[in-house]
Amino acid sequence: MKKIMPIVLWLLSQAAIADGNVSPIKIPDKVKAECAACHMAYQPGFLPKASWEKIMGSLDKHYGVDASLDPQSVKEISQWLTQHAGTYKRVSEVPPNNRITESSWFIRKHRKISDQTWKNPKVKSKSNCMACHAGADKGNYDDDFVRVPQ
Amino acid sequence: MTNMKKLYLALISICLATNVWAIDPISLEKQYVEVSKQPSLATRGEKFFTSKHGKEWSCATCHGMPPTKDGKHASTDKVISPLAPAYNNKRFTDEAKVNKWFKRNCNDVLNRECSALEKADVMAYLNSLK
Repeated sequence: MKKIMPIVLWLLSQAAIADGNVSPIKIPDKVKAECAACHMAYQPGFLPKASWEKIMGSLDKHYGVDASLDPQSVKEISQWLTQHAGTYKRVSEVPPNNRITESSWFIRKHRKISDQTWKNPKVKSKSNCMACHAGADKGNYDDDFVRVPQ
Repeated sequence: MTNMKKLYLALISICLATNVWAIDPISLEKQYVEVSKQPSLATRGEKFFTSKHGKEWSCATCHGMPPTKDGKHASTDKVISPLAPAYNNKRFTDEAKVNKWFKRNCNDVLNRECSALEKADVMAYLNSLK
């Protein structure tokens, strides 16, 4: 058993990486610096290319705030976002207002979350992934890591 | 010393003396005062900072009052490090960053750009916090 332990551990780690709810994407420093200055840097796979294009084309009116950037940064970040945008069926549909939280898959995944939880000041907004998914910024949305604040 | 070397030395000392590359909170205030052609006033800056200007937020809504401690983004709750330079030595040292945030935040608070005098006053207020 001792001999195969490393192999078992390796297999387990591979299983975790392969989990559908883990999105281990390396976010470039530039994207982190600009997007995560105000909110978690959401994984690009959560929105289709068309949504990222619209978002990056209207940063001066970004969900109620002015998030305008210099043209070079807009270009660089857009390129990365659209290159890694969601392509599988669930995400290919443009959600209302280009909001991750208004995507049909998001609504379905969170259908058991009560209004009370959403209104908890520790949650505050549906866009606050980290309130319950502590590893969200690392791409970990696995149910086993969810801790809903009380 | 060759003439070329003398020229380089002279150029370097001019740059160091006038601080053309680096910015700091005090020189930034001076820069805005020069553009506005009026003296800055910390008390006016404080009033500007804490007042709403026709929209939902004031500067203090996110930066706190006084802005010497961590603030919190009004819509995302993201922690914002202290704005007053005496409490955060990274503040107002990167000109591109300063311009980016003045543009965004003035738009969010006032629905327009801030004037040079408004910026000079706010800098005078922030620089007065010790």
